[in-house]
Amino acid sequence: MLIKRPQDIKASEITPESTFRQRRMLLKTALAMGLIKTADLSAQEDLIPLNQKESGNREEPFPENGRLNNLKPWPSNVSSEPTSFEDVTGYNNYYEFGTSKTDPASNAHTLETHPWTVTVEGEAEKTGTFALEDIIKGHTLEERIYRFRCVEAWSMVVPWVGFPLGDLLKRFEPTSQAKYVQFFTLNDSDQMPGVRYPVLRWPYREGLTIEEAMHPLTLLTVGLYGQVLPNQNGAPLRLIVPWKYGFKSIKSIVRIRFMDEQPQTSWNMANAREYGFYSNVNPDKSHPRWSQATERVLGGNIFSARVPTMLFNGYAEEVASLYTNLNLMTNY
Amino acid sequence: MTRRFLGLIKALVLLACLIPLLHLLARANGLGDLGANPVQEILHTLGKTSLNLILITLIITPLRKETGLIWLVGLRRTLGLLCFCYVVFHALTYIALDQGFAWNSLFVDVTQRPYITLGFISLLLMVPLALTSTNSAQRRLGRRWAKLHRLIYLAAILGVLHFLLQAKIDISDPIFYSIVLLLLLGYRINTWLKSRQAIKNRGNS
Repeated sequence: MLIKRPQDIKASEITPESTFRQRRMLLKTALAMGLIKTADLSAQEDLIPLNQKESGNREEPFPENGRLNNLKPWPSNVSSEPTSFEDVTGYNNYYEFGTSKTDPASNAHTLETHPWTVTVEGEAEKTGTFALEDIIKGHTLEERIYRFRCVEAWSMVVPWVGFPLGDLLKRFEPTSQAKYVQFFTLNDSDQMPGVRYPVLRWPYREGLTIEEAMHPLTLLTVGLYGQVLPNQNGAPLRLIVPWKYGFKSIKSIVRIRFMDEQPQTSWNMANAREYGFYSNVNPDKSHPRWSQATERVLGGNIFSARVPTMLFNGYAEEVASLYTNLNLMTNY
Repeated sequence: MTRRFLGLIKALVLLACLIPLLHLLARANGLGDLGANPVQEILHTLGKTSLNLILITLIITPLRKETGLIWLVGLRRTLGLLCFCYVVFHALTYIALDQGFAWNSLFVDVTQRPYITLGFISLLLMVPLALTSTNSAQRRLGRRWAKLHRLIYLAAILGVLHFLLQAKIDISDPIFYSIVLLLLLGYRINTWLKSRQAIKNRGNS
């Protein structure tokens, strides 16, 4: 299935203006009567840092049962079935909870995700420490089925829940100096047994160019399979950048920094030759120690074959224009 | 030490060494499971067992010398051959299940990915050792047999290096195997240095 672009929409599919107006009226009435609950756009306009808020009461960002309802559907171009919930939540790289694939599912229960704050700093007008509930409030949550490709040459398909990162970043009013965005994961040895070992430089950090961060595919993610993120998948707030290797999609974000120069990223600091800043999925650019031409799709049996890896993980149509002036073989 | 007793010990060792393989087969057939990435689970389990067995094989001689239990040497061949079997299964898993006999990409892997090159050489080095493991070959080769079988040291070094170089970043397990191997090789270097010293001293007197 192809993603429908505006020029592809047939005239017959466009709602006549009168019908559109009628619907709007109906919606307004229903809203006024309190029949439907929707994104509170006024709340999205004034994002106030916690220390400037009058009330110190913190709200629950998500429903108590963890279900995320009224998700906006999104036209996915992924034809294969999503990977099972069991595999998506049982086979993870989250070194803060251990380096084996099953460690995060066993150990991440110690992560405390409420109350959660995100500190915004650097080249933006609105900076400070914000409550997670304020960050999420006003954004329409979408269910997006994306391919997810790990640098270790395995992949899965996940129905994520989130909203475009760009929609949030705009609210902080980045300045013209903001050329890059850096993200940091929580770094707390009480909650994360793995950070006691210097496998990587903690806190885990990642970065994107501002264009990548603002790209509509870049998803600020709060859930999967219609429920809040399990801790091992990066609760309560993570990034999903579907055309890049998985390690770029940083988990449990506590800090966002707008910068005018390329930020440090954890895997690049650990081994620059093997993990570049961009780390776009590219079957032609091998990892120095293994091929990236094919991948193993999780959830298969022992006789399942590897499948070819796609440039930009199959999102070339949407993102290739970001890299027209970049040699992908040297800027990996 | 009776022959029968050694036979019993050998059978027990054989059974114990087959446990990892039987466990894998059980998991592949619905008793438990192999997780989200079954091929990799099989590949890694077979590889790890190969490394365990090569180190156990190398511990026999020091153990025999230190404890004086001569019969231990009778287990060396059994252990070595089991190790070779696991290495072959490991390689076959990679060639058949993981790569699906994609000979072009296998060729690239073996020639361009150092950890696979080293693993492949290690496997090749073990072939003549397995082929000459019979009593008759041992008799036929005489003194050259012991010389040939020193290749096990190189095979072990390459095997551990293969393990070390494939690790993404957490090298704690490969480091542990490296230390054990260094101790086992160190024991032999020490023995060799002592015997050389002894010969020298005899020459001087």
